[in-house]
Amino acid sequence: MSKKVLVLGETREGALRNVSFEAIAAAKKVSGGGEVVAVLLGEAVSEFGNELVAYGADRVITVEHPHLKSYTSDGYGQAFMAVVDQEQPEAIVFGHTAVGKDLSPKIASKLQTGLISDVTDIEGEGADAVFIRPIYSGKAFEKVKLKENGVVFITVRPNNIAPLEREERSGDVSSLSVDITNLRTIIKNVVRKSAEGVDLSEAKVIIAGGRGVKSKDGFEPLQELADLLGGAVGASRGACDADYCDYSLQIGQTGKVVTPDLYIAAGISGAIQHMAGMSNSKVIVAINKDPEANIFKVADYGIVGDLFDVIPLLTEEFKKVM
Amino acid sequence: MNIYVLVKRTFDTEEKLVVSGGQIQEDGAEFIINPYDEYAIEEAITVRDAHGGEVTVVTIGDEEAEKQLRTALAMGADKAVLINTEDDVEEMDQFTAAYILAEYLKDKEADLILAGNVAIDGGSGQVGPRVADLLDINYVTTITSLEIEGETVKIVRDIEGDAEELETSLPLLVTAQQGLNEPRYPSLPGIMKAKKKPLEELELDDLDIDEEDVEAKTETIEVYLPPKKQAGRILEGEIPSQVSELVSLLRSEAKVI
Ligand SMILES: Cc1cc2nc3c(=O)[nH]c(=O)nc-3n(C[C@H](O)[C@H](O)[C@H](O)COP(=O)(O)OP(=O)(O)OC[C@H]3O[C@@H](n4cnc5c(N)ncnc54)[C@H](O)[C@@H]3O)c2cc1C
Ligand SMILES: Cc1cc2nc3c(=O)[nH]c(=O)nc-3n(C[C@H](O)[C@H](O)[C@H](O)COP(=O)(O)OP(=O)(O)OC[C@H]3O[C@@H](n4cnc5c(N)ncnc54)[C@H](O)[C@@H]3O)c2cc1C
Repeated sequence: MSKKVLVLGETREGALRNVSFEAIAAAKKVSGGGEVVAVLLGEAVSEFGNELVAYGADRVITVEHPHLKSYTSDGYGQAFMAVVDQEQPEAIVFGHTAVGKDLSPKIASKLQTGLISDVTDIEGEGADAVFIRPIYSGKAFEKVKLKENGVVFITVRPNNIAPLEREERSGDVSSLSVDITNLRTIIKNVVRKSAEGVDLSEAKVIIAGGRGVKSKDGFEPLQELADLLGGAVGASRGACDADYCDYSLQIGQTGKVVTPDLYIAAGISGAIQHMAGMSNSKVIVAINKDPEANIFKVADYGIVGDLFDVIPLLTEEFKKVM
Repeated sequence: MNIYVLVKRTFDTEEKLVVSGGQIQEDGAEFIINPYDEYAIEEAITVRDAHGGEVTVVTIGDEEAEKQLRTALAMGADKAVLINTEDDVEEMDQFTAAYILAEYLKDKEADLILAGNVAIDGGSGQVGPRVADLLDINYVTTITSLEIEGETVKIVRDIEGDAEELETSLPLLVTAQQGLNEPRYPSLPGIMKAKKKPLEELELDDLDIDEEDVEAKTETIEVYLPPKKQAGRILEGEIPSQVSELVSLLRSEAKVI
């Protein structure tokens, strides 16, 4: 049986996030040949509609309102529910992002349905779809499905489900007007701490430093390598706590969950809370002085050595071959 | 101020995990208060000490969870409630947990409810916002700072590393992120006092909940460990030759660069 699926599209710093394209790809699977309708909420978002179509949405609905400029669960909740009322979807897909994590339980609660959060893979299609998600801080996985005939609702972890090939297509982009009232939260300010440029949660290459980096300056060689490879710098909690870098770089259970193609961990011991954020990376390289460090257990390749020797050499070596 | 904290007893994920017969083996495993719920308990105690009132910790679980509730009482919570579902609920999901908690809370006139932003075992982060929605109160997730000034609640929340400053009002549900505070350890006098603090045990009947009302919406078909990674390759030799070997492995074998 094919399903009509709603997908929430998200923008960041004036561009669509990759996870939105991945969510569309997930929605295609869940739809089993049914219609995929992307939803964009914000102050002025209709310009992004066509791009969602190019990545596989059949149709786009936008809700634009001054109260949707910043995310609030009330504002987005009212807008998204208005789309749900109009479209009566059989499934919903969000990204497992700050917005997706905050909003999805509210919508699931209103629809009295099950919500399968942080999905990393989908087996089967349409009514037979089964969802895979990490549990126990990433130490195990579970396969989950909806029990009854309710709305199938999932959030997908960024960088795990491949987006569809971009192609020029046409699809309707329409707007829905919604009265948004009674916001109980007033956003005063957002202090940007994350670096401009490559978004850590969507980066293909991450060079992460831990307490072993020893100082703020110690991150410079990591940054140099990241720039060369078009990647981003990340960090362990240990490095953030020691004030070598900002908490916005933190990777792990409390910080960002990342799934890059290449994760290089330098001077990171490999605590479970850190691994919860990176163990799904496709290839992991560990650089650590201590041959017993836990990080070597998840690493595909390891170099036992001083990161201040290894990282600059790596940069030089990559420069030679690229 | 009438303060409630939602506390989950969790498997200590720092410990070794054994799966057999498609289930996580719990025998002999270490159980703890979900670490994010410890931040919630600490914050509740701090708010109570500043503004007066009472802190009640609530958990859904079986008798084993009494231990974690006593720990919360020893930290300084005033009362504890165990909603024992052992005999009534076979399969529970986030819908079930939220429904039961909301039924318990609906006539309590809570001013402030605190939860963890995520449980380290189940890991969905759904229960807090779901409970708030069922109670029709506002919620703010992943908070790192909370200040209550009269009617106004000033909050800083973590959004993917950025800090969002916002204002809202009570009644409110918040979920705790690391960085909110440093949870205290229970003191010896605290532990002694905790033994005499009230710990109420309820079952679904006491909350007028039918088993059908809380039937899970989702079903776990299988639990499994990730496929064992081939033991990683620790390179050997002089550092410069290891580095060039690594670069060629990343290009030709792993094909990620
Ligand atoms: C509730 C909770 C949530 C948490 N969330 C997170 C999280 O999201 N992310 C996170 O990362 N942590 C988190 N933690 C903290 C986690 O438990 C660890 O404390 C932290 O990850 C350790 O950071 P580290 O590996 O940098 O430091 P350490 O454990 O101190 O390791 C430093 C490593 O560097 C190596 N080293 C030192 N010098 C060099 C050198 N010159 N060259 C090469 N190697 C060197 C050492 O051998 C060592 O292995 C959390 C903890 C709790 C309780
Ligand atoms: C594979 C698997 C099988 C399971 N099987 C069963 C089962 O057979 N029987 C069963 O009873 N449960 C079972 N559970 C547990 C249950 O499904 C969930 O753990 C529960 O619904 C909470 O969801 P969560 O862990 O995602 O919590 P999250 O939504 O991540 O928790 C966020 C916060 O909500 C609060 N919270 C969550 N759970 C509780 C609670 N129980 N009491 C009080 N506050 C809470 C805490 O403040 C917590 O920090 C199972 C879980 C898994 C992963």
